[in-house]
Amino acid sequence: MILQAQQIRKEFIRESRGTNCFQAVQETNLTLSGGTLTILMGRSGSGKSTLLNMLAGLLEPTSGKILLDGTDLYGLPDKELSRLRNQKIGVIPQGQTALHSLNVLENILLPCTLYGETVENSAVMELLERLEIAGLQTAMPSELSGGELRRMAIARALIRKPDILLADEPTSDLDDVNTAVVFNILKQFASEGKSVFVVTHENDAGKYADRLFHMDGGILRTGDESGNC
Amino acid sequence: MKLKKTIAFRNLAGKPVRTMALILLTALLSLILLGGTLMVSSLRKGLHSLEDRLGADIMVVPYEATTKSELKNIVLQGNTGYFYMDKSRAEKVLSRDGIGQASEQFFLASTSSGCCSIPVQIIGFEPETDFTISPWIRKSYSKDLQDLDIVVGNDLNAFVGDTLTFYGLDCHVASKLDKTGTSFDTAVFTNENTIKMLIQSSLDKNMNDFANISPDGVVSCILINTAEGFTTEEVVNDINIHVKKVKAIQTKEMISGISDSLSGVSDIITILMVAVWVLGLIILLLAFTMSVNERKKEFAVLRVIGASRQKLAGIVMQEALLTGFVGSLVGVVVSLLVIVPFNTLIEEQMNLPFLLPEVGNIAGYAVITVLVSVVSCAVAVTFSAFRISRIDTSLILRGE
Repeated sequence: MILQAQQIRKEFIRESRGTNCFQAVQETNLTLSGGTLTILMGRSGSGKSTLLNMLAGLLEPTSGKILLDGTDLYGLPDKELSRLRNQKIGVIPQGQTALHSLNVLENILLPCTLYGETVENSAVMELLERLEIAGLQTAMPSELSGGELRRMAIARALIRKPDILLADEPTSDLDDVNTAVVFNILKQFASEGKSVFVVTHENDAGKYADRLFHMDGGILRTGDESGNC
Repeated sequence: MKLKKTIAFRNLAGKPVRTMALILLTALLSLILLGGTLMVSSLRKGLHSLEDRLGADIMVVPYEATTKSELKNIVLQGNTGYFYMDKSRAEKVLSRDGIGQASEQFFLASTSSGCCSIPVQIIGFEPETDFTISPWIRKSYSKDLQDLDIVVGNDLNAFVGDTLTFYGLDCHVASKLDKTGTSFDTAVFTNENTIKMLIQSSLDKNMNDFANISPDGVVSCILINTAEGFTTEEVVNDINIHVKKVKAIQTKEMISGISDSLSGVSDIITILMVAVWVLGLIILLLAFTMSVNERKKEFAVLRVIGASRQKLAGIVMQEALLTGFVGSLVGVVVSLLVIVPFNTLIEEQMNLPFLLPEVGNIAGYAVITVLVSVVSCAVAVTFSAFRISRIDTSLILRGE
């Protein structure tokens, strides 16, 4: 499955400054294909998360298209786009994103149960064991450490076995050990044929990447500084 | 696990204090709505019941009865008392023009001393001419009342087959009347012969204020329906002008005081209900808005994992409907537990006719209350549901 960004651009109006436009992401082309861990690095405010949100179908570009196997995401009605995201795109959002009224297992199963679907127990257990949170199924999010919460968010993003996995700062508040654990897990999923795209400002993240990008002032650059990737 | 169906429920369960506060608020609104509705309809039904029981256009009583306010006390307040006028005056009244139906009644009050089982108002009527009490008695007792048979009001602690003693005479309880919500619920009814026997017995025992009367020569009041072609006012004026020592009163006038009080109480209850509801709806609106605002990030997460805008709004709406439903049920149950078992106490405290609606009507009011409360919650949460369906997921997840 291929996720393509075609000439996408995102502008925001700075309300406090009247009609002053702010270019969060300048015209960008990007293709994410299976079996690759793509890492996008950059400073805060460089436009990384904006790009990821556009790829996830959560933020409509000002111009350009996001194509998933040729389907224009933003050409779909909200209901269909949401369903497609639920089935094909796993997203690990920034920060702690657990639903505090649900326990760990319920949080992880949320993408399935949201549409009234079930998952085989063996598949759930296998995922939980891989992420080393099998013993935490009935724990509440408030009882978990930052690393465990992050692994829970990864499990939730992977429970539908999506082809695309988009992670926004998945290690932002983790120590070095947990950071390594998370990147190794993501690397492993990429090696299983999934397309993994990680946005981070971790300096060491580059060593896990199959493809590495930098973003600065809304401009996407590869190692060789070319604009198209 | 069917979590889809229970996300709203789990959200509510996950914040028990907030949920409980919302449920209590909805319960309070339902309690006020159903309680107020039951109060107003019971007062109205009580007034209609009183009108039915009086059942005549005009009541003619001895003049002294009106000056001592005894009449209203007996008829409207449920106090015990009696007064008499000569039968000759009654005959003069009945000879006037414009009299359609007319029937004489006889009053006697029993006492709490040894001669009587209970102190009550005893009302005797002429079975041949009566047009107010008999139709009512017939609903619970189809036979003619024999001498020393009595029919007791619904609030009296006496049952069919019991024997009650009044001035040394044993009277057989032939029937117990349906509740009317008026002073008649604490009265005893009997035929003309029996009341005359009782009056005579009270005279024999020197327990009657009117020592020199003959039971056969007196009546307490005459109930009249005007004949066709005459207005009530005309007949009343005619009697008052031409028959001395009696007073003709329009029954409508008698209950106008009660009607005014009832109207005042109803207005106060209605204003209170409206005020509480407006305030309650504003609080509900704020509470739902705050509840949704503080969970914006959770809703953004649901959006990230594939919830459509419609689904997000649905979850918020479902939470409100669940809260509204549970709260309104609590309110309805509390309201019924307060008003139904204590309706007699409420009647006593308000000193107004108070008759609960039929069970079917109460059930109807309860269902309408639940529906109104649930719909109100839905209305109060609509704004929040709309807002949450329009959230900018990317901004919220970035904490902006």
